[in-house]
Amino acid sequence: MEHSNHRPIIQVSHVTAAYDGTVLLDDLSFDVYPAEVFGILGSSGSGKSTLLKHMIGLHRPVRGSILIEGEDITTAEGRERRELLTKIGVMYQQGALFGSMNLLENVRLPLEEYRDLPDDAMDTIAFMKLQLVGLGSAAYKLPDEISGGMRKRAAIARAMALDPRILFLDEPSAGLDPITSAELDQLIISLARNLKITFVVVTHELPSIDAIADRVIMLCEHTKKIIAEGPPNALRDHSENPFVRQFFNRQADAAVS
Amino acid sequence: MKSAEPAQSVLQVYPPSEDGLVFSIVGPLDSNTTGQAWRTALRVLQQANPRRVIVDAARLTYCDGAGAALLLELRRRQSRRRGTYEIRSLDPAYQAMLDLYGRSDGPTPEPAAPAASPVEQIGRATVMLGNDIVVLIAFVGELCAALGRAVRRPRLVRWRDAFVTAELAGVNALPIIVLLGFLLGLIMAFQSAIPMRQFGADLYVANLIGLSMLRELGPLLTAIILAGRSGSAFAAELGTMKVSEELDALTTMGLEPVGFLVVPRVIAAVTMTPFLAVFAGVCGLIGGAVVMLSLGFPLVTYLIQVKSAVTVGDMIGGLGKSFVFGIVVAAIGCLRGLQTKSGASAVGESTTRAVVSGLVLITIVDGVFAVIFYALRI
Repeated sequence: MEHSNHRPIIQVSHVTAAYDGTVLLDDLSFDVYPAEVFGILGSSGSGKSTLLKHMIGLHRPVRGSILIEGEDITTAEGRERRELLTKIGVMYQQGALFGSMNLLENVRLPLEEYRDLPDDAMDTIAFMKLQLVGLGSAAYKLPDEISGGMRKRAAIARAMALDPRILFLDEPSAGLDPITSAELDQLIISLARNLKITFVVVTHELPSIDAIADRVIMLCEHTKKIIAEGPPNALRDHSENPFVRQFFNRQADAAVS
Repeated sequence: MKSAEPAQSVLQVYPPSEDGLVFSIVGPLDSNTTGQAWRTALRVLQQANPRRVIVDAARLTYCDGAGAALLLELRRRQSRRRGTYEIRSLDPAYQAMLDLYGRSDGPTPEPAAPAASPVEQIGRATVMLGNDIVVLIAFVGELCAALGRAVRRPRLVRWRDAFVTAELAGVNALPIIVLLGFLLGLIMAFQSAIPMRQFGADLYVANLIGLSMLRELGPLLTAIILAGRSGSAFAAELGTMKVSEELDALTTMGLEPVGFLVVPRVIAAVTMTPFLAVFAGVCGLIGGAVVMLSLGFPLVTYLIQVKSAVTVGDMIGGLGKSFVFGIVVAAIGCLRGLQTKSGASAVGESTTRAVVSGLVLITIVDGVFAVIFYALRI
């Protein structure tokens, strides 16, 4: 993907995150460009989910800034923050759908809270989003009545309710069978290409990364820094870092030494 | 954060002509502007009832999902009315989006059926109540079998859990039992002393307090507090274990949840409830004594009156009741916990059901005891 003509849609600058004095992320800087699928990789405990939580404004870094379309989500407050949050959508690892509402009501909720639309318009939009992820026929089902893969797709539909320009996905393929996982990958690619949505995907599923990511960064569990950045193919084939090669070639620790 | 002012309309409507009804979109059709455009377009469409609808998108500057929903809704309504629909000069990028959103993934499902008629609701509630009673009977059988096994082989019982639960349900409940028992005795004595004094019968307040606190209200108060504090806690604890599949894990290890989890809790509750009932009764008597002393009666007179009014049979009856109340409250709390369904609200629902069922069963059991005591002339 060529970025020379684009300005970054997300700019992460010198972000350091810590909890109880323990540094979890150390001086991270990277950019995400419009309509790209950007992967955040790393082994368990490397801080992928921590980074995601900082990027969506759930946690504040001890240093650095995270600009989303030029506005700093780490310092935004009140109305400014709420407006900024409508520009992003988040799919959590387990879907985080509200169990007492059916899928249509789950997708309608952000529209009811943020938009002044007639009732039937909200229903139509919510239903349209569900159809987009292939769940139109399950619109009136409760989250408990559908499979894990369907829950994740419904969570994407809810994240898209307000037409955000950026979608953050936390482990979209985790716990899914290969076919469902591949279908989800296809959906992400389709939304990125056709609706020009920018995706930031936290994952450690290699097939998914290969299928969807235009560019990735890899976090190191030990240094808490970015140890690699670029297209996944280039990292696999040309990285000089042994851990990166080990990760992409699915080798155990002993194989590297 | 709904917009405070209605957005300026981006939808221009041209009067219906031979061409049909023409909508022109000027500016962005997004989730901020679509609301007003939606209301206008559908109202005009209904009024004009045109055979042909044309949307001129030449001056459309931006379209998002909400805008696409409006364009597709117009198409759907025209198609339903067997009219024609045309979008002119739409940017290819927005056309691609419209195509993507316009795909159907199957027939549109119907929303859930409306609420059933009162007769059907009564019927359903009756069947549910019947099923609940059957489940309760089955659970009592299972619990009795598990308690029988525990008596035969006491080493199988998880005594550490039983002691911890006894502390939580018994010892930790003592302050509130003492406070409420004392206040109940005090208030009851005070309220009854005033009318009884008019008849010169205020001495018999001691009989009233002694009999009611030791035989009836002490055990009842204890059972109600037990249902609110411990029955709900048992339901929440076991419900959370059910939701997080811990009960399934126990079952697959060959450990029966009733024997492993319910028996220690029932043993703890059964052991502690009579003690708590004694405390409630004694504190109620102390509350009554405070009032009687303030009315000028010596303490010894009060004690003699209580002793003359309360027999050993009354005290044993009260203790027997509290023993049964302990079983009922602990068992129903655990049963509701084991019946927890999945979902975030399920544990809360089980907790509520545990308390409500506990209170209902306490009342029923109390009524049964009243009949038994009457028949036995106790």
